[in-house]
Amino acid sequence: MSVLKGFTTLFVPDAQADRVVPPTGFTATLTTFSAIAMGFLAVFALALTLASGRLADRWSNELARSSTLRISAPEEQMQAQITAALRVLETTPGVESARALSEEEQKALLEPFFGPDLPIEELPIPQLIEINETDQGYDSTGLRLRLAAEVPGAVLDDHTRWRKPLVEAATRIRILGWAAFVLIGGAMAAMITLAAHAALSANTQVITVLRLVGARDSYIAGAFVRRFTYRGFTGAGIGAGLGALAVWLLPEAQAAGGFLTGLGFQGLHWLWPLGIPLLGGLVAFAATRAAAKRKLKELP
Amino acid sequence: MIELENVAYSYGGGELLSEISLKLSPGSFHFLTGPSGAGKTTFMKLCYGALLPTAGHVRLFDRDVRQMDRDEVALNRRRIGVVHQDCQFLDHLPIAENIALPLNVSGRDNIDELANLKELMAWVGLKSRAEALPPELSGGERQRAALARAVIMSPDVILADEPTGNIDWEMSQRLLRLLVELNRMGKTIMVATHDMNLIRAAKGQVQARVLRIANRRVQLAGADL
Repeated sequence: MSVLKGFTTLFVPDAQADRVVPPTGFTATLTTFSAIAMGFLAVFALALTLASGRLADRWSNELARSSTLRISAPEEQMQAQITAALRVLETTPGVESARALSEEEQKALLEPFFGPDLPIEELPIPQLIEINETDQGYDSTGLRLRLAAEVPGAVLDDHTRWRKPLVEAATRIRILGWAAFVLIGGAMAAMITLAAHAALSANTQVITVLRLVGARDSYIAGAFVRRFTYRGFTGAGIGAGLGALAVWLLPEAQAAGGFLTGLGFQGLHWLWPLGIPLLGGLVAFAATRAAAKRKLKELP
Repeated sequence: MIELENVAYSYGGGELLSEISLKLSPGSFHFLTGPSGAGKTTFMKLCYGALLPTAGHVRLFDRDVRQMDRDEVALNRRRIGVVHQDCQFLDHLPIAENIALPLNVSGRDNIDELANLKELMAWVGLKSRAEALPPELSGGERQRAALARAVIMSPDVILADEPTGNIDWEMSQRLLRLLVELNRMGKTIMVATHDMNLIRAAKGQVQARVLRIANRRVQLAGADL
């Protein structure tokens, strides 16, 4: 509670109390610059985190609603098995639609691997059937049992095998993004702690005079904390503003561009960078408060 | 007000002060003499809680300093005005703001109090120097400014440590007159000085007790003034 009270008192102006600490140009510039840099980087970490989150959700949703049936059979049995498989699928609850891919579509799928001149009609290529599911989805175990009985050459692939690592990768990128965000906050806290410690050490005489005239430690700490919190807040604000501008200037999301062009904010996510200055101020407040408390305790 | 009972203070393995018992009663005036390095400044610091005794008890306004936390020490310092030989100002603030600093740190920097500041600056003869920075002032002006800062909170006690150490005789006399005037207003005063001429000059102006630090102990130095 005392921390919250301390933070709220920062917004009560006390010009005279702030003047007791002499202006320190170099430390002030360094602190503000660090806060700007951290605010800027925090926006990118946030953008990465949110984008990878969106990607994980998209992959998860899109791939979860489609699957493939692969039929391998002798040529004379192929058409019969395709017909039998489509019949099974039409009567399976949770299957919205199913269709056999045309020869051209199958060729197009293989083209990246074998080139455009592949004589697909001469090769024993399995026939693929694309299945689209309803929102509820189908019972894959039940469908496999039915297919095994009625279409012996059919293998059902519900994409779980390769969808899972993709979603896992996107989820891990999201975690790494949050970790980067936390590390940026930690680095900012460390830099402000060092700057605050240096400022306190350089102003030992000021502290001695203030104590001589009856200043409480909370008053002395407050003068330093207010100054560094203001620098942290404004620096992180400028950095976040610049970062948001840079993200806004990134190319628009396009399917051809893949993940990189989607690395931005969408909709209400644009509000997230507004929290960065507040967070910067909070980090600066906590770091300076802890440094001031420690330093004042050390001094006789 | 300020009471020392069997106080000792050791520093760096050696005992600087020993078996000191003294009570500063309200309205009293004390001189504390002794050669340089005898422990006058240490004694004064013990009297306002800047140092803690290594033995014995120091009581400020009936409270043992050992029982006080930092906040309580700070609050007690507002009742004790301190004048140092080197004055100790914030060099980046004008002298008027330095003098008003005790008001500021105690949250009493309202208009009425600041009106008193102007009167006070006139009283110590610094009205025209209000905007000067401390390094721009002469030694005498700095001492008078330090005295003004010490009394702005209307403290019960004023402790002056070698207040005339860096100023000429005429200015010393002027400062002494200000201290005597404060004593007549009921303030308890203690002045640490090695300047015996200052003590002789006080004779006839004020009833004072002269103490001397010798062999780590405080003793009466002859008859009272």
